[in-house]
Amino acid sequence: MAQQLYWEDVGVGSEVTPLVKIPTTRMLVQFAGASGDFNPLHYDDVFAKNQGPGRTIVHGALKAAWLGQMLNEWVGEEGFLKRYGCQYRSQDMPRRMRTQTEPEQEGETCTCKGVVTKKYIEDGEHRLDCDIWVENSSGQKTTPGTASVVLPSRG
Amino acid sequence: MNQDSVITNEMRAAIGVESEPSIREVEKGAIRRFADAIGDPNPLYHDEEHAAKSKYGAIICPPSFFGWVVRSARPTRTFQSPFTRGYNGGNEYEFFKPIKAGDVLTTTSKIVDMYERQGGPQTGRMLFTVMETTFKNQDGEIVAKSRGTGISYEGPRQVETPPMESGRLGA
Repeated sequence: MAQQLYWEDVGVGSEVTPLVKIPTTRMLVQFAGASGDFNPLHYDDVFAKNQGPGRTIVHGALKAAWLGQMLNEWVGEEGFLKRYGCQYRSQDMPRRMRTQTEPEQEGETCTCKGVVTKKYIEDGEHRLDCDIWVENSSGQKTTPGTASVVLPSRG
Repeated sequence: MNQDSVITNEMRAAIGVESEPSIREVEKGAIRRFADAIGDPNPLYHDEEHAAKSKYGAIICPPSFFGWVVRSARPTRTFQSPFTRGYNGGNEYEFFKPIKAGDVLTTTSKIVDMYERQGGPQTGRMLFTVMETTFKNQDGEIVAKSRGTGISYEGPRQVETPPMESGRLGA
């Protein structure tokens, strides 16, 4: 486990430790099953073609889940994620599978990122506000959002 | 009101109407499968021994877990959605207390807002439906709230497509 982060360790402009994910068609099926989001846009190419996106797209909720993972890994077990949200502005395409378990080497990589925008104490809590987002391989922010977290203080 | 509005009086009347509560147990197997699906190795979701020694004392949920898995509450649809195509526009989660495996959550949902917008030629008219869900634990405490924006849209007019069974809304 990474070392616990403290409120004193970060300031406005500090980066949230990024999290890299390679979305695959296999992953989308697994997420559909685990989350209960069975919209065929995420696993049926013909449906996705008829419905607009052209081909299957990554679940918005999966990208939100990755942002949650990034934030919780960053604040650590002694931190607390109070609030976060994001908008699914642009679609992300999964990589197709090359073998049963390995994706194609070429294709999209999603990187979750964030930056601290505000550092303050409220209700006795040491809080930070952040801008967060998922960006695609071209560096486009497909999924922008915000978050508020509480960190432990060295006192 | 705009004469061309797709938001009917019937739809407006559905705003603010609370759903019937749904009651679900937070299952540790479901937490593990969800964490696996995200690719999140956090031992608080996977390792009971580690979780027992943590400040939580038990396996907890990943932050977006309950948005989909635990929730079956949905506002009763009293209207026909005007468009058949849809996707999730965004999600927001607010956490008040940790949600642990074995907790029994009571969830209720309501539509809190509806608005429309003119999209591009591929999208046509768009309807945004904002839904709020409240999660209470077995002690009656509000542990979390979520907000989801479902977007349904007209699509390009010239193409015929089979209708979706239901325009799905965000969590």
